[in-house]
Amino acid sequence: MKSGGEKFIYRRPESLQDVPTHYCPGCGHGTVHRIIAEVIDELGIRERTVGIAPVGCAVLAYDYFNFDVTEAAHGRPPAVATGLKRVRPDLIVFTYQGDGDLAAIGTAEIIHAANRGEKITVIFVNNGIYGMTGGQMAPTTLVGQATATSPRGRDCEETGPPIKVCEMLAPLDGTDYIARGALDTPAHTRVLKGYIKKAFLNQVEGRRFSLVEALSPCPTYWRLTPQDSLARIGAEIIPHFPLGVIKDEE
Amino acid sequence: MKENTTIEPALFCGNEAIGEAAIQAGCRAYFGYPITPQNELTAYMAKRMGEEGRVFIQSESELAAISMVFGAAAAGERAMTSSSSPGVSLKQEGISYLAGCELPAVIVNMSRGGPGLGNIGPAQADYYQSTRGGGHGDYRTPVLAGASVQELADLTFLAFDIADRYRTPTLILGDGILGQMMEPAVITHPEPTELPAKDWTLTGSRGRPPRSIKSLYLGPGELEAHNRKLQEVYRTISETEVRWESLMTEDASLVLVAYGITARICREVVFRLRKEGLPVGLLRPITLWPFPDKAIRELSRTAEKFLSVEMNFGQMVDDVRLAVNGNCPVEFFGHGGGEILTGAEIMEAARGHLPR
Ligand SMILES: Cc1ncc(C[n+]2csc(CCOP(=O)(O)OP(=O)(O)O)c2C)c(N)n1
Repeated sequence: MKSGGEKFIYRRPESLQDVPTHYCPGCGHGTVHRIIAEVIDELGIRERTVGIAPVGCAVLAYDYFNFDVTEAAHGRPPAVATGLKRVRPDLIVFTYQGDGDLAAIGTAEIIHAANRGEKITVIFVNNGIYGMTGGQMAPTTLVGQATATSPRGRDCEETGPPIKVCEMLAPLDGTDYIARGALDTPAHTRVLKGYIKKAFLNQVEGRRFSLVEALSPCPTYWRLTPQDSLARIGAEIIPHFPLGVIKDEE
Repeated sequence: MKENTTIEPALFCGNEAIGEAAIQAGCRAYFGYPITPQNELTAYMAKRMGEEGRVFIQSESELAAISMVFGAAAAGERAMTSSSSPGVSLKQEGISYLAGCELPAVIVNMSRGGPGLGNIGPAQADYYQSTRGGGHGDYRTPVLAGASVQELADLTFLAFDIADRYRTPTLILGDGILGQMMEPAVITHPEPTELPAKDWTLTGSRGRPPRSIKSLYLGPGELEAHNRKLQEVYRTISETEVRWESLMTEDASLVLVAYGITARICREVVFRLRKEGLPVGLLRPITLWPFPDKAIRELSRTAEKFLSVEMNFGQMVDDVRLAVNGNCPVEFFGHGGGEILTGAEIMEAARGHLPR
């Protein structure tokens, strides 16, 4: 409430800094940042949260979040989070990773952090492409999708099929919560926020490894308008990467 | 080096001595991956860190281990990892990030024969990698090279202090012999030195503005300024942290330069040649970076020749030549591939280089 008695129904979360971001129009990273910031505010954990930024489009996340954030080498956020959380179990530690970071160069780190049951939260932004480096094929790129390094469309015979990270990690005993949401509609975005909140709450309550995957648009390297990018998530991506809570050990 | 009259010496191998010293130095977290010849250190930490209620993780790789060190260091805790040559190659990614992010950490390399998988014998083939930064970017790391089990322990205390004082990853460089040989050592924490407050750690932003730790500088001139700041720190380290030991160099015509286990053998060589009346001395760098170049330059005014003796095919000899700067000849003797140099062959080489 302000002194004038006006009622705010929507405002910048305290966990986000009041600065413009460098994200392209229609990019999903800004929305995921906002969801994380809202959740951290709602749980009242801003002052004991440490984020690990990836190497990828979200590399500058420490300039946008209003809490402590560190860099990590490409793919290593789960290892950095492990070191941090183990020496300071009182902190809320999360990694924020793209699909190149988490599902290609960082596969060993994510699998072993999950398998050890590290008490961390992982936010996995799956846009099916390497955004930062100019739209190359990612492990999650759909079959037939044309990218800078799969100009004739992704060919399964050569590259294997897109990796389903949630389904890969869920069988590991160390994981307590695995869910996949999407940013294509307001309804899905609200559900995704619920997943992310649960993934942070789990850590607050001392549970083990939680990961939420967000199917996120990259209009720039999908070569689509922002609107068509959202439509593509519903029409092409969700059928391959089904939404929902894949594992909840609570 | 330090006084201690109360504690009886106990037998340690070099790897264990480093582990015990690290624990006494307040190392809160250790991350390692198995590799010979440093496995005793990982095993020692597995046992002792658990007993102390501290953090031990056998990581999935050296890439992960050094990144775990990064995380613990970002929280302001003393952290260490250890490995041997092939594993230290993998750690270079993280060492470069630690340097760029100005994070303190201690990295142990019990080096072995290379290149590639090489073998598990002792070697000094990682001198270049250790003293030139090792990873990408324009940085250096202090490198401490002990020559006995006792000294490895003493240097471990020093490594943590140097790392914290200058906010830099700091290397302890040994080899397969130093890591595994057993000697009596007294390991007790030296008098604590005053270190700068850690006002940069990520511990949650309660009561202060949020902080970030990063090595990315995109604005015009920002990375240049960051590099200048790092270079300033390296200059200070070069001026204040150089350590070496000299043996009978004052009147020596031939000065052997050797570090680590090779220096241990050279010391014996000097004693024996001196018994024959031959004017030989030894300069033993303890810090490989910063290199004792002033001490060597000083000696090059009186000595007639230097002989760099190394368990490799000639790496440190470059630094000796740079230090001597043409004042007198600098020769090399050594070989590598996991085989130790013998006293007899070093004596033979030294005799051949003595002015007749
Ligand atoms: C070791 C290393 N290899 C490669 C790169 C180059 N690089 C920067 S970001 C990136 C991939 C980013 O893709 P993703 O993780 O999917 O995130 P996005 O940019 O799409 O958000 C790569 C390969 C790097 N910085 N470091």
